[in-house]
Amino acid sequence: MINLVKGFISKVLNSLFKKKKDIKLGLYGPPNGGKTTLANRICKDWLGEDMGSVSNIAHETREIQIKEQISIKSKGKELTFNLVDTPGIATKIDYEDFVKAGMKEKQAKQRAKEATKGVIDAIKWLDEMDAVIIVLDSTKDPYTQVNLTIVGNLQARNIPVLIVANKADLKKADVKKVQSAYPQYSVIGISAKYGNDMDRFYEGLFAIAG
Amino acid sequence: MVTFQFVPYHEIEELGSARRVKKLIDIVKQNKIALLQGRLKKEEETDLIAIAMEEIKGKFKGIELAVINPEEKTLSGIKKLKSNFFSMMLGDRQGLTIIGPASIVKQIKKDPTKIELLTKEGKR
Repeated sequence: MINLVKGFISKVLNSLFKKKKDIKLGLYGPPNGGKTTLANRICKDWLGEDMGSVSNIAHETREIQIKEQISIKSKGKELTFNLVDTPGIATKIDYEDFVKAGMKEKQAKQRAKEATKGVIDAIKWLDEMDAVIIVLDSTKDPYTQVNLTIVGNLQARNIPVLIVANKADLKKADVKKVQSAYPQYSVIGISAKYGNDMDRFYEGLFAIAG
Repeated sequence: MVTFQFVPYHEIEELGSARRVKKLIDIVKQNKIALLQGRLKKEEETDLIAIAMEEIKGKFKGIELAVINPEEKTLSGIKKLKSNFFSMMLGDRQGLTIIGPASIVKQIKKDPTKIELLTKEGKR
């Protein structure tokens, strides 16, 4: 009970005195949606450097990565935030999937172990976020339980959300399907890889975190 | 053979979040598919995923999860308010939560009129 009261007071004080430069902006979503590709795109656009490595094999990002003090500008406004790239959230991880993708057994087992820890860390960090970008692969089914659980959790925590329908450059992409799955949110179709529609993305970012 | 274990809502009603999640994970770790009447709280769903990750070892590879609530999308206005009020008072008894071990359940496909549970043949 005392902890609950302490937590409440700390949350109220934080929200009263938090400066905008301390905004934590989280990138969440299932594995291989393009979270790190988007993080790299944002960092390249505004800092001129990459944030993390990307791979076609799932769970490339297995630790929380933070890039501090990114300032973006759009239509005369400026927004400064700390970008938090999180490991993809999954309900199952099997090292054999990594073996099938070409890894040696020992390496695959290590990757699986780190990936499970990464999922746990990503979930723990949900409470720390001031705003979240959910990065979905627009070529895939947007109604998966992992997606619904992430969205539901953020809704329950009253954290502002922007949904990105990534990989919109691909033939199979269906941005409208993502939009109809989450009509209560702003959904922006982009290609983080090629930088398509990033202006609309940054405008959306100002709308949730500005 | 696939075994289902039905968990009526009253069996988890009095339990705290951690014990609810543990009860369901324990069923799944026995290679059974848990069919929970109603649904967990949103935070409990993420706790369930986190605990499943912690438990991954040997043959246990995690879970497949699906929450089905056909009325959720169709309700509107006063009916939705009424439904939310009863959920708040009596718990989320509506719908069904399916949790299966990933070593057995490959995928759970949801549809407004049917549920397809795809299993991994001979992989146990």
